[in-house]
Amino acid sequence: MSEFLQQLVNGVTWGSVYALIALGYTMVYGILRLINFAHGDVYMLGAFFGFFAARFLNAARDPSPFKALLVLLSAMVACGIIGIVMERAAYKPVRRSSRLAALITAIGVSLLLENGGILLFGPDPKFFPQIIPARNIALGMGVTISNQQILILSVSLVLMFALRFIVLHTRTGKAMQAVSYNPMAAALMGISVDRIVTFTFMLGSMLAAAAGVLVALQNPKIEPLMGIMPGLKAFVAAVLGGIGNIPGAVLGGLVMGIAEVLVVGYVSPTYRDAIAFVLLIVILLVRPAGILGRNVAEKV
Amino acid sequence: MTSRTLLRLSVVAVLASGLISAGCGGSASKDELVIGEYGSLTGNDATFGQSTKNGVEVALEELTAQKQGKIGGLPVRVQVEDDQSKAEEAATVVQKLINQDRAIAVLGEVASSRSLAGGPICQNAGVPMISPSSTNPRVTQVGDYIFRMCFLDQFQGTVMARFTAQNLKLRKVAILKDSKNDYSVGLARFFTEAFTGLGGSIVTEQAYQSGDNDFRAQLTAIKAKNPEAIVVPGYYTEAGLIARQARELGLKQPLIGGDGWESEKLIEIGGDALNGCVYTNHWALDLQEPRLQAFLKTYRDKYQGDPDAIGGLAYDAANVLFGALEKLAEQDPQTFKGLASSKAGSDARKAAEKRLRDLIATTTSYPGVTGTITLDENRNASKPAVVIEIKGGKKTYNSSFNP
Repeated sequence: MSEFLQQLVNGVTWGSVYALIALGYTMVYGILRLINFAHGDVYMLGAFFGFFAARFLNAARDPSPFKALLVLLSAMVACGIIGIVMERAAYKPVRRSSRLAALITAIGVSLLLENGGILLFGPDPKFFPQIIPARNIALGMGVTISNQQILILSVSLVLMFALRFIVLHTRTGKAMQAVSYNPMAAALMGISVDRIVTFTFMLGSMLAAAAGVLVALQNPKIEPLMGIMPGLKAFVAAVLGGIGNIPGAVLGGLVMGIAEVLVVGYVSPTYRDAIAFVLLIVILLVRPAGILGRNVAEKV
Repeated sequence: MTSRTLLRLSVVAVLASGLISAGCGGSASKDELVIGEYGSLTGNDATFGQSTKNGVEVALEELTAQKQGKIGGLPVRVQVEDDQSKAEEAATVVQKLINQDRAIAVLGEVASSRSLAGGPICQNAGVPMISPSSTNPRVTQVGDYIFRMCFLDQFQGTVMARFTAQNLKLRKVAILKDSKNDYSVGLARFFTEAFTGLGGSIVTEQAYQSGDNDFRAQLTAIKAKNPEAIVVPGYYTEAGLIARQARELGLKQPLIGGDGWESEKLIEIGGDALNGCVYTNHWALDLQEPRLQAFLKTYRDKYQGDPDAIGGLAYDAANVLFGALEKLAEQDPQTFKGLASSKAGSDARKAAEKRLRDLIATTTSYPGVTGTITLDENRNASKPAVVIEIKGGKKTYNSSFNP
């Protein structure tokens, strides 16, 4: 029993990371109907920006919670800027072209970031400094949780609620909803669609950067191709929850994380990556709109 | 045929002839002995390839100091290729070393999976290959042109088992192996055979795949079985991460590893979590062997850091190869000429490589920095193993085991 509970704790921690990345996918999809395949690579960039910020602040030798927060924020800001540049330079020019053109552009941006990362950072893995010394907290029944896991969970939750607040209760958020519902009508109502799209990319990239730093705190090995698999899995998580649906992305991420850890723990680690795609196939067969997604009749 | 096609064809012909003459010009103008080396200079196991490269460079530098870098009147050049820690890439770069660089012999690799990828290519081409530090038994079973300078995993697994059962007096252990890595799978099997033979039991065997960075699920499953130690027969990157995550999950048992842990990066990755862990290795730097200490001094002067055993084995491998080449140049200068780069592809080259192979195979009591090297009829070296214990972030000598 305690083994199972411990696996659940591990799974929820991983799941909250997938949820953070999946949020970015789902927001961009909700607004543009575009799957931004470069999103996983923004997660990688987040980890690397955090790595350099930590080095600059000398956070490895002299860790403090304030420095850890600074590392997180600087990675988020840097990736937010990358998100803006990415949207303006790559996606805006093809926004009025076919959806296939945008999709191929996304794959191109992804390859650019991966190989650019190899060029800039080198292909060797780097090791993220321990800016928060690990401590274990016993939860009873033989279950332990590390302070880093608690941090991942709480930062993810805070960011998810912040996102929910922005989308539901601010003017920009309402504009985002409007653009998602009908961009043409939103533009007629005086909403600057361009600004909203850029803002969405920035927000999504910041969440991915936060996920990158949080994961690197716990699993310190970072390398330029580290974003591919988590990116794909977060995409599956977004589809699983219902793409375009924000609570769905969070739910999908948690389901993915738990499923993955249980498969590794009880079946075989060989299926660690396979389970994501099995889930994708099952959900597409059983409930194509996703767990929380609504079936929208296509107008003909 | 239209005039335009004719023009195109002639352009192609001119370009092709230019390429061919450039290729010939390169090798004819300067005769040399080309030795190929391949290793993981980048990627997951980057320090393996870098240490190997450094070890070979020290040997080459000594050859330059003592004999102007020449053997039998021909300058020696080592061509290094990076396989990015990938077995597929290893096969490609070994092809290149043999077919394009026309290497007379190949040095490499550390990882058994990548030696197994490169070995068959060398064997088919009749080019001797010396793996300094691949310990999986299958590596030299590829054929009679493949050699190694280190002990085998049967022996290493037995040493790990004896140390666990007799020195640490433990009976119940768990294994966490890399299921995609020939070395790790083999070592886990040999450890299990020896350890159960000594009366111990394996309470659970879990697996991961190279490149994974989260091992909590496997460690949680191990924790439930409450073993007295965890055997991690993998490479240093994963071993360091596993140690950290094990401590985070409250597992305080020692981790036991093999020579795949040998890297300067191990402690950097694992940090304090590795204290109290042990692993088998080819040498310990604090051993007062005169040859080892002399090598250490040269190495430290050149690289401002300590070598690892991988570098030491590469140094020995390069010297065994140089020694065989010198012997060939002395005993049979006529055949030796076949190794010159201008003779690539000729029958004389084939004959010379055959002779070179025979000379490497008869290596006896070679005084290496990693111990005395004598190759047996299966082209393997039989050498003692040491157990290293990590104490206060330092690798310290614990004990030696003789074969």
